[in-house]
Amino acid sequence: METFIVNLTIFVLACFVGYEIITKIPPLLHTPLMSGSNAISGITLVGSLVAAGSGFVALMSIDGFVSVLGFLAVLLATINVVGGFLVTDRMLSMFKKKD
Amino acid sequence: MDYLININPAYLDLAYVLAAVLFIIGLKGLCRPRTAVRGNILGATGMLIAVLATVPMMLKEGQDKHIMTTVGLVVAAVLIGSVIGALLALKIRMTTMPQMVALLNGFGGGASVLVAGAEQLAKGGSGGLVVAVATVASGLIGGVTFWGSLVAFAKLEEYKWFKKPCYYPGLRTINALLGIIAIVLFVWGVMHPESTAIYWALVLLASVLGLTLVNPIGGADMPVVIALLNSYSGLAAASTGFVLGNSVLIIAGALVGALGIILTQIMCKAMNRSMTNVLFGTLGPGEGAQTADEVYGGKVKSTTADEVAMMLDGARRVVIVPGYGMAVAQAQHAVSELSELLESRGVEVDFAIHPVAGRMPGHMNVLLAEADVPYDKLKEMDEVNPTFSQTDVAIVIGANDVVNPVARTDPNSPIAGMPILDVDKARTVVIIKRSLSPGFAGIPNPLFAADNTLMYFADGKKAILDLLMALKE
Repeated sequence: METFIVNLTIFVLACFVGYEIITKIPPLLHTPLMSGSNAISGITLVGSLVAAGSGFVALMSIDGFVSVLGFLAVLLATINVVGGFLVTDRMLSMFKKKD
Repeated sequence: MDYLININPAYLDLAYVLAAVLFIIGLKGLCRPRTAVRGNILGATGMLIAVLATVPMMLKEGQDKHIMTTVGLVVAAVLIGSVIGALLALKIRMTTMPQMVALLNGFGGGASVLVAGAEQLAKGGSGGLVVAVATVASGLIGGVTFWGSLVAFAKLEEYKWFKKPCYYPGLRTINALLGIIAIVLFVWGVMHPESTAIYWALVLLASVLGLTLVNPIGGADMPVVIALLNSYSGLAAASTGFVLGNSVLIIAGALVGALGIILTQIMCKAMNRSMTNVLFGTLGPGEGAQTADEVYGGKVKSTTADEVAMMLDGARRVVIVPGYGMAVAQAQHAVSELSELLESRGVEVDFAIHPVAGRMPGHMNVLLAEADVPYDKLKEMDEVNPTFSQTDVAIVIGANDVVNPVARTDPNSPIAGMPILDVDKARTVVIIKRSLSPGFAGIPNPLFAADNTLMYFADGKKAILDLLMALKE
């Protein structure tokens, strides 16, 4: 229960930080902001790695299933992270001021 | 490898703190054009640090097992995922960016479902009440996000089955019923944390919910849906963080969740509709609405490229108003060329961007930036609206509802009170459109029949190219 309270505190505070740092989002950057933040939510990759680590490959056993799930999770989360940051960078590099 | 396994966990937690700080600074940076590129790179650096810090933890989890096989599998998954992600990111056309973001949202949600499921299998639900709640929450939110995003993707791609927003009788009853079953499964799953059957049944139900919740929502409401799914993918990550007791997942997930909610609110405000109305309401002509014939009958004037070119020759200020139609016609490069040509002749050109123009927040800005329009020319609604009265020609390309003056005048119309671009106040309005067909709201637009409006009936790209030719003659 104690760890839960700590984690809940972190969660609530992080929500407020998220709400407060974004004082004004210029509509200009709505799309890259979404894809960039989306890449950050690919942080599930960290969880996927832990999950993949707790299995070993013997497909007929429970651990085998764990590692299949972990493998798929790592795959999806990596696409999310790599695709998200790269596409954001590609978009942002197109925004130029008049010279 | 032993060295890695024996690293003091406190160092790993410190690395997570650093990653969280980088995420926060990165997100803040993404809010300003000048710092955005750096913000994104900071975010990516944070991610790299978090992932590297997790490697020892992964090795520790797997140390009694066939660790080399596990490591090999993980490395393979990361490599394949990176290649797919990079190909998607570098190959995708800017017009299909909404689809890309929808897909990425979905993958994040899907990963959460799988991680929570794997963790439940591995630990047999021995984590106590909090973990049990967080596990079923990950399954539910992640499942809705994954399938909801795939449906959003299918709708954006305009696959046949998903093209029309589909309302069927009893839709709300079905959703309510599914919702009740979801709650029952949720509670049941918490009471039996070891039951994988209940978990996957809940995931299945969440998948159905993702379909029935998103499918009835139509094209022009997509910006809200995508922003909301973005928020969900963050919340799914956060609840997976509770499953694993992992602080960096909780923080990053909460940040993204909050950001997605803010964006959703902005989008709803830009349409003057509540979130409930967008998600569950229907949009259609209200009572006593005028029919197309009453509005247009004999009052629509059509024009040609030559005539518009002549008008532009005498103009001092021109405002271009792009909408989703510009994206469909792939006309952004031609539009950019038109703006450059006019500027080179001393005309002042601005672009007026409505917040919900296109299929995702900021869609038009990305397209025009791709076509090398400098971003200081892309004006927000509040900034550009007061200038329409000093504008000689407003060119509307592929936009409809966001320039419909009915929003200001008729309190019974489905778009009543929606903030619009006041193009009707310009001296002359040129509308580039293939026909008089209504926009998403399904109502006629009196602007098309106004005295100062000329309709230029053509495909968006062809219209601008012809106009360019006429101007150069």
